[in-house]
Amino acid sequence: MIRHFLRLEWKQYFRSSYWQKGIALKIIMGFFALYMLLTFLAMGFFSFRALKKFFPESDPLQIVNSYLIFVIVADLIFRYMMQKMPVMNIKPLLILPIQKSKLVHYVLGKSAFSFFNVMGLFFYIPFSVVLIGEGYDANGVLAWLFSMILIIQATNFLNFLINKNNKAFWTLVVVLLGGFALKYFNLFDLGAMSQTLFDGVVSNPIMTIIPLGILLLLYRVNYSQLKSQVYLDAAVSVKTKEASTADLSWTKRFGDVAPFIQLDLKLLWRNKRAKSTLPVLALGLLYGLFFYPQPMYKDMVFMYAFIGIFSTGAFLINFGQFIPAWDSGYYSMLMSQNFKYRQYLRSKFTLMTISVVLLFVLGIPYVYFGWKILITHFAAAIYNVGVNTHVILYGGAFNRKRINLEERAAFNLQGTGAVQWLIGIPLMALPMGIFGLFNWLVNFETAIAVLIGLGTIGIVFHQKIMTVIIRKYAASKYKMIHAFNQTT
Amino acid sequence: MITSTHISKTYGNTQVLNIEDLKIPKGQSFGLVGNNGAGKTTFFNMLLDLIRPSTGEITNHDIAVNKSEKWKTFTGSFIDESFLIGYLTPEEYFYFIGDLRGMNTADVDAFLQPFEEIFNEEILGKKKFLRDLSKGNQKKAGIVAALMGNPQVIVLDEPFANLDPTTQIRLKKMLKSLTEDREVTVLISSHDLSHVTEVCERIVVLEKGIVVKDINTSEETLTELESYFSA
Repeated sequence: MIRHFLRLEWKQYFRSSYWQKGIALKIIMGFFALYMLLTFLAMGFFSFRALKKFFPESDPLQIVNSYLIFVIVADLIFRYMMQKMPVMNIKPLLILPIQKSKLVHYVLGKSAFSFFNVMGLFFYIPFSVVLIGEGYDANGVLAWLFSMILIIQATNFLNFLINKNNKAFWTLVVVLLGGFALKYFNLFDLGAMSQTLFDGVVSNPIMTIIPLGILLLLYRVNYSQLKSQVYLDAAVSVKTKEASTADLSWTKRFGDVAPFIQLDLKLLWRNKRAKSTLPVLALGLLYGLFFYPQPMYKDMVFMYAFIGIFSTGAFLINFGQFIPAWDSGYYSMLMSQNFKYRQYLRSKFTLMTISVVLLFVLGIPYVYFGWKILITHFAAAIYNVGVNTHVILYGGAFNRKRINLEERAAFNLQGTGAVQWLIGIPLMALPMGIFGLFNWLVNFETAIAVLIGLGTIGIVFHQKIMTVIIRKYAASKYKMIHAFNQTT
Repeated sequence: MITSTHISKTYGNTQVLNIEDLKIPKGQSFGLVGNNGAGKTTFFNMLLDLIRPSTGEITNHDIAVNKSEKWKTFTGSFIDESFLIGYLTPEEYFYFIGDLRGMNTADVDAFLQPFEEIFNEEILGKKKFLRDLSKGNQKKAGIVAALMGNPQVIVLDEPFANLDPTTQIRLKKMLKSLTEDREVTVLISSHDLSHVTEVCERIVVLEKGIVVKDINTSEETLTELESYFSA
């Protein structure tokens, strides 16, 4: 039976859309995972010496032990936010002649091997090796390592129990922050308690049975709870959210593009994937704060243009690069409806323009770092409206990647193709280059004038440019419909 | 009047559709029948200019569908759930479609009034997104949206699948009454032979993309079709 499960698992992994993605993405994601693991590995190997160096009078193991309780709570919070039990996968198996208990054991057992559980081992195992190498009692260290593995597993199952419960989550946050605060003010040292506990494991290896007992108990509770919930209307059900409607009648002032603007606003608000563009706005807006306070950028005036384009165009770039893939789920329907491409694209244009103006206004406080910055941002905003909006709309005509709006957003690069990466270059590097060149050859004022000039040309010829873009969209209509209908 | 001349569609070496000549006069209720892969949906998609034919063309009221988009003003359609916008509530979806078809909120409300029985209090005012509705209720919403704005041509792919019996009966009545005054052309496809024979005055059977039967519906049609498909 387990053989069947494993085979399914294997196919699910290698046939998932993840593997259909471009090789470049795979490499990037691979590097990221490798980076995480290597960081942990390096910490495992070198933290002993580092701790020894910075705190020569204390025992590194004891220092680690005194923080373990916080690590465990933090791990739990991290898991609470990121890790969900993969119950949905067993839905097709429910009606097959497989005992429910087996399914539940399988789901729980599988979760024991999740990335979250493996990650920590990359620290604990090398750290233990170093400890033994440094002459610690091998039995004690192995018992300690074994306990850590058991505790990681226990956290795994504890997470599933508290997952349905927001109160539990906030209790954990309070425990973590409170613990640090108590320690900081020397009121009560949770760390000392943690240290006593884990030191105890090292000196009395038999104490490992405590985490073992906890793990078995948690597994048992999970098992009985899950087993009673393997029904379509319980654990294996898709949660539906109640629809909240907002009054968007104010968009009527945009005339015949109003229905599409309303649609786009709802799109942004109600879909996980689209929603994730919103935090990027804050990031884009505050991006300048990484640069402007540092004196070394004071003289790099061309950077002003880059930051100006980026911070006023944060939404433009993040939303715009997936036009029209946002509507890929129902693109055929839109194409059989009675409206003009011009209307559809104008609504996207309007939305992007509003965002640029809004982000510029919100960025006015940057004047604190000098009036030149504000003027550059203004020029960048004009350039964004006049040039970049059109460029990104034109680029959208080459979009052939469907987006599943309901998929989680973090690390979700679905819908990104080579074009989406390439389009970033003309959008940001080009204005920066133009600005830098004129600033260097002539002066600052000319560079500003050139950016504003280019933007103004774009705005003046907006209708003409749109006609060209629309022609491009109309020409690739069938290809887009075909591509957007590919669900995998 | 819908005319298709010499349309065919080929993917690689496989021909999925090849119709010599097909004329659907105005006001006809037209049914398309055939097994999976017969080319029914492909034909509808071509009629809606969602797929380009490899050869030939389709005209809808004298408008070549791939040359002009004017046919969109008088054509309502529902092919499958991908025609719905999942993150809208049904009301919002109707208002959106209504907006595109020149109806204001009051028009849409008035239009939806007669459908309240079909909706059975499961669709309107439920605070649910379309993506969270059951398949049957999604279908109801899609079909009703296709009827908005007095279309002259209505294209429905498998309208009866997933519907509850009450709605099936009502839908049949509705489709029949639509073509009564010979103004509205209705095109449907179905796997349910008794439904099509009941609703359509003309039935075309496709097999592997080719028209194998073109029948004006009569008393014997159902038996004729049944014997054809059981052969």
